[in-house]
Amino acid sequence: MAEHSIERIPTVVADGVDIVYRVNGTGAGRGSATAALNRMLRRQQAEKAAGVRTVHAVKNVSFVAYKGEAVGLIGTNGSGKSTLLKAVAGLLPVENGSIYTDGQPSLLGVNAALMGDLTGEKNVYLGGLAMGMSREEIRDRYEGIVDFSGINEKGDFITLPMRTYSSGMGARLRFSIAAAKDHDVLLIDEALATGDRSFQKRSEKRIRELREQAGTVFLVSHNNKSIRDTCERVLWLERGELRMDGPTEEVMQAYEEFTGGADKPKAA
Amino acid sequence: MSQVLDTPPPTPAPADDDLAALAARHGLSVSGARPSLPEYVRQLWARRHFITAFATAKLTAQYAQAKLGQVWQVMTPLLNAAVYYFIFGVLLGTKRHVPDYIPFLVTGVFIWTFTQSSIMAGTRAISGNLGLVRALHFPRAALPISFCLQQLQQLLFSMAALVVILLCFGVPVAFSWLLAFPALVLQFTFNTGMSLIMARMGAKTPDIAQLMPFVLRTWMYVSGVMWSIDKLAGKHSGLPHWVEPVLQAQPAAVYIDLMRFALIDSFHAKQLPHHVWLYAAGWALLAGVGGFIYFWKAEETYGRG
Repeated sequence: MAEHSIERIPTVVADGVDIVYRVNGTGAGRGSATAALNRMLRRQQAEKAAGVRTVHAVKNVSFVAYKGEAVGLIGTNGSGKSTLLKAVAGLLPVENGSIYTDGQPSLLGVNAALMGDLTGEKNVYLGGLAMGMSREEIRDRYEGIVDFSGINEKGDFITLPMRTYSSGMGARLRFSIAAAKDHDVLLIDEALATGDRSFQKRSEKRIRELREQAGTVFLVSHNNKSIRDTCERVLWLERGELRMDGPTEEVMQAYEEFTGGADKPKAA
Repeated sequence: MSQVLDTPPPTPAPADDDLAALAARHGLSVSGARPSLPEYVRQLWARRHFITAFATAKLTAQYAQAKLGQVWQVMTPLLNAAVYYFIFGVLLGTKRHVPDYIPFLVTGVFIWTFTQSSIMAGTRAISGNLGLVRALHFPRAALPISFCLQQLQQLLFSMAALVVILLCFGVPVAFSWLLAFPALVLQFTFNTGMSLIMARMGAKTPDIAQLMPFVLRTWMYVSGVMWSIDKLAGKHSGLPHWVEPVLQAQPAAVYIDLMRFALIDSFHAKQLPHHVWLYAAGWALLAGVGGFIYFWKAEETYGRG
């Protein structure tokens, strides 16, 4: 799909990345007062003894992604895909190693900025501003966002509070807001499975457009078909380690074998 | 899954210096690194519309489900003042020592609430919004600042109610009312600085949010919200003589008394400490600038699991 120029330009470079989560209130004390006291008194020396558990979510991962590439991230649940994506976006600090990026990669998602008590219309503005768009940009694209979401197909719903929306409607509006911005490096975490059939088709088309504008797209998904449709290269993470990195078909076949065969024979 | 998930040998990656050199050659920057202070201020300014929109959205969403809706913006502070009036004014008889006690008390409660809720909101600004912090990229200082702006908007509702109360109790309209504006600007700067400091501390140690109500309540009782500091220090001669100037010079008391001086004719300049505007500006500058730098220093760590 993407034409590679002779000199490939890297957009994301991950260099020996380790990501570690620290979780309070686990371990022997199970969050009891003595464990907490222990934790405060002993700090660094005995994090483990004091009930702080470290979770090594991503271990020594290195890769280079180039301009015009769509890279799929696969792996079983809890293998560190989303964590790695957040680190690429600069939202989670890395323990060791470093991630270099061209411009500011952005996660496709504004859910957290939206408020159920506000109308859909106000949420379009709030979400757009949260993603760093200007008021004028949002005003220009407002019609497009609402049309794309199809919220108003069954009546004037955009002026109702978002908490009154059905879950499908809410998901569609969220995707529409998130997809309204152009990104240098776009990170998509399981966003394609929302909405009905016609909305899914529209969003796949929009992802393709975004891909053409964006330098690089990362896609996390458990839907092997959407990975095959969208990506030409796949990174396979397992237990936080990079198990395979290569052309989509090659990696997907190994992955399907690993997870116990393809769930269905490839749909045409 | 019956299969044993053996940890596979990592795929051979290019040597470290290769990747770093490749990144450097193409001018890639480290993801999630803390920007310089001027750059940070520039980014924050670029997000000013988000900050105001977020504050307004929070404010309107707050009472969206209540039947009386936005009426609670005014009702909540008034009910608060009524409770304090009942306890301190009527039961403990503080009002005999203070002229215009109800305007005096209500001004105190409103101005104190502004500082108190800004600091409380700041404490939870990062720790209570991890979802937002982990999903979107923006200068994190936008959150505490936005929460303080929300409190400022809330205070403006209260001030409208306060003006009605003042007029009802026969406090004359005067030019000195204009002093309320610089006093509010300084207090807002102080509050923002404090909530930035608390936001960083609360992000690292969420337990602080449990502790703050007690600290704030103690602070309220020594700030002369429901009684006059000079009356207390005069009455209880047992207190060492340095207590009164210290109590009067601390920020909450400074901003409360400035507002009383601006609005209430029977509150005289001699009840204020010397150089009171200097104190007000000094606290604002110290907390504002200090808090901002303190918060920025940990910018890249917010949102860690």
